[in-house]
Amino acid sequence: MSEQNRLKDAGAIVGIGATEFSKESGRSDLQLAIEACEAAIFEAGLEPSQIDGMVTFTAETNPEIEIAKNLSIGELSFFSRIHHGGGAACGTIQQAVMAVNAGVADYVVCYRAFNERSGHRFGTGVQDRPMAANAESAHFAWYAPPGLLTPAQWVAMFATRYMHEYGATSEDFGRIAVADRRHAANNPKAWFYNQPITLEDHQNSRWIVEPLHLLDCCQESDGGQAIVVTTPERARDLKQTPVIVRASAQGAGTDQEMMTSYYRQEMAALPEMGLIARQLWNTTGLGPRDMQAAIIYDHFTPLALPQLEEFGFCGRGEAKDFIRDGNIELGGNLPINTNGGQLGEAYIHGMNGVAEGVRLVRGTSTNQPPDVENVLVTAGTMVPTSALILGKDS
Amino acid sequence: MSIDFYDQIQKFVGLEAGTQDGHDEVNQAMIRHWVEAMGDENPVYVDAQLAAESIHGERIAPPVMLQAWVMRGLKHRPESGGSPQDDLMNVLDGAGFTSVVATNCEQEYDRMLHLGDHLRTRTIIDSISDEKQTALGTGHFLTTRVEYETLEGEPVGRMLFRILKFKPGTGRSVSTEEESPPRPLRPRPALNRDNQFWFEAAKEHRLVIQKCSDCGVLRHPPRPRCDKCGSYEHGAVEASGKGTIYSFVVIHYPQVPSFDYPLPVGLIALEEGTRLVADLTGAEASEFKIDMPVILEWQDLDPDLTLPAFRPVKL
Repeated sequence: MSEQNRLKDAGAIVGIGATEFSKESGRSDLQLAIEACEAAIFEAGLEPSQIDGMVTFTAETNPEIEIAKNLSIGELSFFSRIHHGGGAACGTIQQAVMAVNAGVADYVVCYRAFNERSGHRFGTGVQDRPMAANAESAHFAWYAPPGLLTPAQWVAMFATRYMHEYGATSEDFGRIAVADRRHAANNPKAWFYNQPITLEDHQNSRWIVEPLHLLDCCQESDGGQAIVVTTPERARDLKQTPVIVRASAQGAGTDQEMMTSYYRQEMAALPEMGLIARQLWNTTGLGPRDMQAAIIYDHFTPLALPQLEEFGFCGRGEAKDFIRDGNIELGGNLPINTNGGQLGEAYIHGMNGVAEGVRLVRGTSTNQPPDVENVLVTAGTMVPTSALILGKDS
Repeated sequence: MSIDFYDQIQKFVGLEAGTQDGHDEVNQAMIRHWVEAMGDENPVYVDAQLAAESIHGERIAPPVMLQAWVMRGLKHRPESGGSPQDDLMNVLDGAGFTSVVATNCEQEYDRMLHLGDHLRTRTIIDSISDEKQTALGTGHFLTTRVEYETLEGEPVGRMLFRILKFKPGTGRSVSTEEESPPRPLRPRPALNRDNQFWFEAAKEHRLVIQKCSDCGVLRHPPRPRCDKCGSYEHGAVEASGKGTIYSFVVIHYPQVPSFDYPLPVGLIALEEGTRLVADLTGAEASEFKIDMPVILEWQDLDPDLTLPAFRPVKL
């Protein structure tokens, strides 16, 4: 990693927009993407013709040019896509920040939209994916034939080892789910609005793949989320109070695999998140104590724990104690996933978490903690990933 | 089965069931349709020039096509006034043995058939079994002997043909194995130049680990280049098959038809030092624990896929 990251306080989020989050949108993936982008551009107080850059995931199936066509955006001078599933979420924002600082674009829309419940279901993993003889497909040759076919199954192998190493229990994982659902219960946009769960509900939910219960697994959702990024200078002339991207980082760790980094000396850790943490803290001069809230990527609850450790909110293996002590709750030292997270609000591949980070800094979350200056937002785990620190404009 | 019924049908044994002439002479059109349907590309059936140079000296009909030259066609069996064989079938139908399946066919040939041969059959009811309980249902095996000759009376071959006439719905109680479609194969590994050797070795029941030819380091999953010394040269060593469970999962959902659930899958730490994902067998899913000593056994899953599995070492 470079010691000279020049992207400190270099970007601003000026608009967020989303569709409703559902299980059956009743319209095409493309329409969801267009609606989300339109809402974000409108919220920023921009005209579509002012947008000149677009960034999304390689997993996205709605091309930026189709969205540009539908929204009369016109010309695009910057477009880019980030790989590795949900690990791309914060990386799209970093791309946009780099683009507006390099001068190749002025206003960039980052987006993700899909019918991943009513359309192709994400949770099915690779069970019906055709296998080409390239390196990316050959990777799954070590997992699919013996039966490891889905994200939950790949994650579970990590979780068993993590529990063994550090004494974390299924109930510790359940506390993440309970906190998420408590927050979702107070968020009218969340799929699980008004539907909190108890730890007992979590423990009684059926096994998906031991040690994961159903309530350890995030939803599959239909929906779209878009974010508009520009420079802080331009942002100050726009409709919304700017939310500053204080730092952004990507990370792939040593001996990184896509969901199956099972061969590292220390398996029960997320060194790629550690790499990201070092970049974010180095760039900003901030540390864990400077975060008043966090959006911790929660496709599966067990992976929330090592993230807290990698960012230094607690020591290695101590996340279970950090959680048991109530730190992640509203009123705790680090309220997490105040929108309900991906277990409670929706699974928009981490992009809805970026939007909640923006609301937290604006002071408009439905579960708003007091005096939020800085928020950590993380992206997918067990994949090459990314994270942001969002903060107030000084 | 009543004695009366058995006696009634046994009276047909030995009866000559009549003669029948083929609708058509042995002809090229029917031969061509038959060999195309069967995928038989022998030119001696269709190519006059090549056939002329063969030991047959001319085109011949495929010998096993013998039965095709004298068949009733799509016409229904008459309810009365037919041959004794028709009468026998009507008797069996009347007793509820309405379903039929062909079970055996044996043919003998006296000579090859050529274009223009016109055949006639003489059918004799050879035997009728007593009542049998079969997987398909309760029924009688009925064997006929069919003599084939030309209209000029030259014998050319004969056939023993056996059918089962049975009562539908009286078969072995519905076994799920018969009812459900065959189990789909497990997901195929995507094979390429970097990983194929491992799956080929597995087919020979050898669990191999890639080894750098220069510095000797072992690595799994395999890769083209050694990250320790930079060498692109590599071979493989055979693992002892002993290891311990480093981590494991027990899969309940989603349930894919090519697997049995709950499905325990382990991350095995081999004693050679590398780790490997493999199925866990030989114990209840709830019995597997991290650090449990395990030993290799092979799963021959289908002709193209053999995978290692590991079971607990019995202490």
